Amino acid sequence: MANVVVVTSGKGGVGKTTTTAALGTALAQSGQTVAVVDFDVGLRNLDLVMGAERRVVFDLINVVQGAAKLQQALIRDKRVETLWLLPASQTRDKDALTDEGVARVIDELRQRFDWVLCDSPAGIERGAQLAMRHADAAVIVTNPEVSSVRDSDRIIGLLDAKTERAERGERIAKHILVTRFDPARASRGEMLGIADIVEILSLPLLGIIPESQEVLRASNLGTPVVLSDPASAPARAYTEAARRLEGEDLEIVIPAEKRGLFTKLFGRRAA
Amino acid sequence: MMWSWFKRRNSAPVARERLQILLAHERSTLGRSNLVSVLQDEILAVISRHVFVDPDAVQVKMDRGAKISTLEIEIEIPNMVGPPLAMTY
Repeated sequence: MANVVVVTSGKGGVGKTTTTAALGTALAQSGQTVAVVDFDVGLRNLDLVMGAERRVVFDLINVVQGAAKLQQALIRDKRVETLWLLPASQTRDKDALTDEGVARVIDELRQRFDWVLCDSPAGIERGAQLAMRHADAAVIVTNPEVSSVRDSDRIIGLLDAKTERAERGERIAKHILVTRFDPARASRGEMLGIADIVEILSLPLLGIIPESQEVLRASNLGTPVVLSDPASAPARAYTEAARRLEGEDLEIVIPAEKRGLFTKLFGRRAA
Repeated sequence: MMWSWFKRRNSAPVARERLQILLAHERSTLGRSNLVSVLQDEILAVISRHVFVDPDAVQVKMDRGAKISTLEIEIEIPNMVGPPLAMTY
């Protein structure tokens, strides 16, 4: 039975799609079966970041509407064989995603995969709510910047109100993933620090992805960053974040800060 | 000159403080709007047991002050044709 994880943020452009691709790839590299699902109807991009844009035949809406079977729409990754992509549709009709249809597709994915990662559209409207609806856990992607942190707070409120688990009175595991973190600027007091973000949002931290040219290079190539340069700082950070998502208790080190100091204060415990 | 340069550098604490104030406000506002709609539904249910009221004619407002908050409830009841309700046996 799969873990369904929504990658969400409220704000656009903070790195949801990059994160979905990187976390999905990292989880699949350890041999688990992973489906990454693009919920951004009309503005699909996960196919592009995964380098599968020319292999899309059927999409999520085709499957939701019963025009295609799930097996026909799933695209198998050419580099990691346990990794699959379910692309979004480029149609403009967002209402084509029905509540029942999405529930049925997620249910089917749950039975076939170890992990289902849902890449949410930006915003707090229906599309974002459908993406989070069936999630067991959420990765809230946040930039160290005021508007991003504020929008994350809104999304956290939605996760606690509009998900199936919340409505059943159950807990949804929520994690903060800070992306585009610039250690030098943070240490000079020019950028919100990790401790600030964790304190304001009061959620455990899944990882810190440093700002890096490698992230743009990876999306240019259509290769998730954990494959394009596995030794790079963002690739290592994503790989570690994936291990924490699996429940491993790995120490988080803030880039350019003294090792161990942060975790003494804000150490994350695996649930 | 040096002082303004120094002040310019440390914008993160300002960001942090602004966020803390804003989010404290937004979290209470969102909680409040939920409370108001719950109150609206329950008040309407009680009144409807006794007189006919149009669901849209119930206004519930809450003003939050520093020390006390006020709850304002306004319900329009249509005037009865014939004897008032209490007089019909």
